[in-house]
Amino acid sequence: MWAILSILVENKPGILFKVTHLFRARNFNIDSISVGTTDNPDYSKMTITTYGDEKQIRQVVKQLDKMIDTVKVEHLDEHKTVFRELSIFKIKLSNANDSMEVNKLANAYGGKVHDVKKDSIMVELTATSDQIKAFEELAKPFGILDVARTGVAALQRSGA
Amino acid sequence: MNKMETMTGAKALMTAMEKEGVKQVFGLPGGANLPMYDEFNRCDIRHILVRHEQSAAHMADGFGRVSRKPGVCFATSGPGATNILTGIATAQADSAPMIAVTGQVAVNMIGKDAFQESDIIGMANPVVKYAFQPRSAGEIPEVVKKGFFIAETGRPGPVLIDVPKDVQTNEAPMEFLDEFKIQGYHPWADPDIVNVERAIDMLLHAEKPIILAGGGAIISSAFAELQAVAETLMLPVVSTFKGKGAFPETHPLSLGPIGMHGHAEANKMMTEADCVLAIGTRFSDRSVGTFEAFEKRLKIIHMDVDPAEIGKNQNAQIAVVGDVKVNLRVMVKLLLQKAIKKTDESPWVKHVKETKAYWKENLKIHPGKMGAAKILRKLRELLPKESIVTTEVGQHQMWASLFYDVIQPGTFFSSTGLGTMGWGFPAAIGAKVAKPDVPVVDIAGDGSFSMTENSLATAVLEDIPVIVFVLNNSTLGMVAQWQRTFYDRRMTGVEQHSCPDYVKLAESYGAQGIRAQSMDELDKAIKNALSSDVATVIDIPIDPEEDVLPFVAPGTSLSDMILPS
Repeated sequence: MWAILSILVENKPGILFKVTHLFRARNFNIDSISVGTTDNPDYSKMTITTYGDEKQIRQVVKQLDKMIDTVKVEHLDEHKTVFRELSIFKIKLSNANDSMEVNKLANAYGGKVHDVKKDSIMVELTATSDQIKAFEELAKPFGILDVARTGVAALQRSGA
Repeated sequence: MNKMETMTGAKALMTAMEKEGVKQVFGLPGGANLPMYDEFNRCDIRHILVRHEQSAAHMADGFGRVSRKPGVCFATSGPGATNILTGIATAQADSAPMIAVTGQVAVNMIGKDAFQESDIIGMANPVVKYAFQPRSAGEIPEVVKKGFFIAETGRPGPVLIDVPKDVQTNEAPMEFLDEFKIQGYHPWADPDIVNVERAIDMLLHAEKPIILAGGGAIISSAFAELQAVAETLMLPVVSTFKGKGAFPETHPLSLGPIGMHGHAEANKMMTEADCVLAIGTRFSDRSVGTFEAFEKRLKIIHMDVDPAEIGKNQNAQIAVVGDVKVNLRVMVKLLLQKAIKKTDESPWVKHVKETKAYWKENLKIHPGKMGAAKILRKLRELLPKESIVTTEVGQHQMWASLFYDVIQPGTFFSSTGLGTMGWGFPAAIGAKVAKPDVPVVDIAGDGSFSMTENSLATAVLEDIPVIVFVLNNSTLGMVAQWQRTFYDRRMTGVEQHSCPDYVKLAESYGAQGIRAQSMDELDKAIKNALSSDVATVIDIPIDPEEDVLPFVAPGTSLSDMILPS
C-alpha cells in the first residue's frame, strides 16, 4: 500500500539525516519527501510517502515514533486528507498548434503556464500524485524536456 | 536553584558527571580531549586507562550492565572515536546504558578535514540511542543531564557526547538544573492492567503455557516478579540467550535458553507449547529460528518496554507495553487478589519435567577428559553463586550457555546481539569495578581473547583482578564448526597455531598465567585464581574438533535440532 506519513520534528540540524537514515537502515523506501518549518519555527514537518504492507507501515511508524527527535508521527488516511504535490514540466513545442494544446491541457488540470518560448513552455501543476502522473502521460506526446517535482504536502481534514 | 558559576566546558562536563554519580571513566587521552583529561587532576573521578578505545567502551558497557547505571568511556577525536564505535554498537544491540564522550576538532575546523577529524556523529547515529554535539560551552550541563537520562531510562542504550575542543576550553556561566524537557521522549508507560488481566486469562486457558524470559527481564531486574509468576501459575521457564539467568537455572521449572545452541529440553518444550508469555525479548533469529514456524503454533503475549518491538519480528495476540518489572508486579498482585495459585502439576508440567530429566540424563557430551561440559561444570561447582560471568563470542560462549548454570539471577552477561568478539574481558573489568567484592570471570575462547587481550595491562595496573578462563582450541572454533558442518571440512582462516602462549602473555603483563591440562590442575587453577589478588588467565587446552551441540542450523526451526551422535 501507499502511505502518507506526517512527521513533526524539532527544527534542529541533522534530523532529516536521521529520519532518512532510519528508512534505509530498516529496509524501507522513501517514495517522496517534503520538509518545511511549521508556523512555530521550533518545529518542522516532514511528509514522507512510502510503500509497504500494513505491518511494515505500522513498524516504520513505531520506529519513527521511537526516535527522540520526533514529536508526533501520523499515518494519514489518504481518503481523509488533503494532499498535493507541486510539479513543473518543461514541454517541447514542435509546431504552432502545440502551444495552444498544451495550454488547454494545463487548464484542464488547473495548471499554470510560465516561460512561454518558441520551442518550449513550462507548466506548473499542483495536484495529487495520480493527477500529475495522468498529466505527464498526456504531455508525453509533445515531448517532456524536464520535470521537477516536490514531495507530497498533506494535512488531515478537520473532524476526520 | 543553583547559582551560576563561570567555568570551562571541560570542567562543566566533569562537574555534571560528578552530579550524576560517576565515580570512574574508562578511556584514553588524545589531542582533542586533553582539556577534559586535565580536569581529572581537579575532580574525584577515577580515570582507568585502557590500551585501545574499543576496550574502554566494553568496560563501560560491562559496568553499565552490572550496576544498571551508565558506564562512561572517553576517547579522543578521529581514530579514538572510530575505535569506540564497535563498543557503542555492542551496547546498542544489547540495550546497555553507556555514555561515550569523544573529543572533536574545534567548531571552526569541523568540515575542513582537520587532523584527527571524523564525523563521529554521522557515523555513530545508527548505533546510538542518541548523540549530542554541544556547539557552545554553556550547553554542556544540560546535555550531560539529558544524556544520562536517555541512556538509563526506558530501553537503555548508549549516548554519545561529541565535544569540540573549543567547547571544552571556552568559559561560560553554567547552570546545573535538575529540570529539563525532552519533548519526543516518553520512556514510561503506566502499568497496562487491562492487558495483564487478559494475559492471565490466556495463560489460564492454555494447555501448554510457557514463559520465555528475554534480556529485558534482566535489564529491569524483574527476577522476583518473574519467579513469583512462574511459581504461582506453574509455568515452565525458557529464556533467550540474553535472558539466560533471568530465572535461576537450578529451579525445577527452569529449562534454560532456547535457540541455535539452546538446551535440547528448552527447544523441545518451546516447540510443544501452545502459549508463550514473552518477557522483554525481540524474538531474535538466533532465539526462535524461522519466524514463521514459531508464530504459526503459538499464542503470544508480548511484554516489552519498547513499543516498536511489538510486531517487529513476531505478531502478538496480547501486547503489554511498559517496564516488564512493573507489569509483572501487576500480574503478581492480580493473581494474589484473584487467589489464583496452581499447586497440582498439570500433565504439561509433568511432561516438561520428564523431558528435562530425560535430556539431563541422555544428552551426549564430549567423551574426552577435558570436554567443554566437564570444564564448565567444574567452574560452576567452584564459583560462589554471586560471581559474575561474562563471555566472549564463539563456541565457548555457547558451551557456557549449555553447561554453566546461572544460580543467582542477573550474574551472566554476554555480547548477544552484535556478537562482538573481545567483549568479555574488558566487560569483566567493568563488571569488577561495579562489584569489586564478587569474583568476575570471563569465559573466553582463544580467538576472542586475542582481540582485547591488551586489557591485561588495565587489569594489572589498575588492580582489577578478574579471571580469564580460556577454552583454548587454538582455532576460531565456531567458524571451524560451520566449516566442518556446512563447507565439507574445507577449513579456511581458522587455525591459530597456539600463538600466543597465553601463560607467558599473562606473565608479561604482570598477571598470573596458569595452564590447566587435567581436571585436577583445573580445580587447583580455579581455586588459585579465586584467591589471587592479581588478574589471572587460566589457559585450558581443549579438543579443536569438539562441536557445540545441539545446533539449530540457520534458517531452520527449533524442531530441527542437530543432536550429538
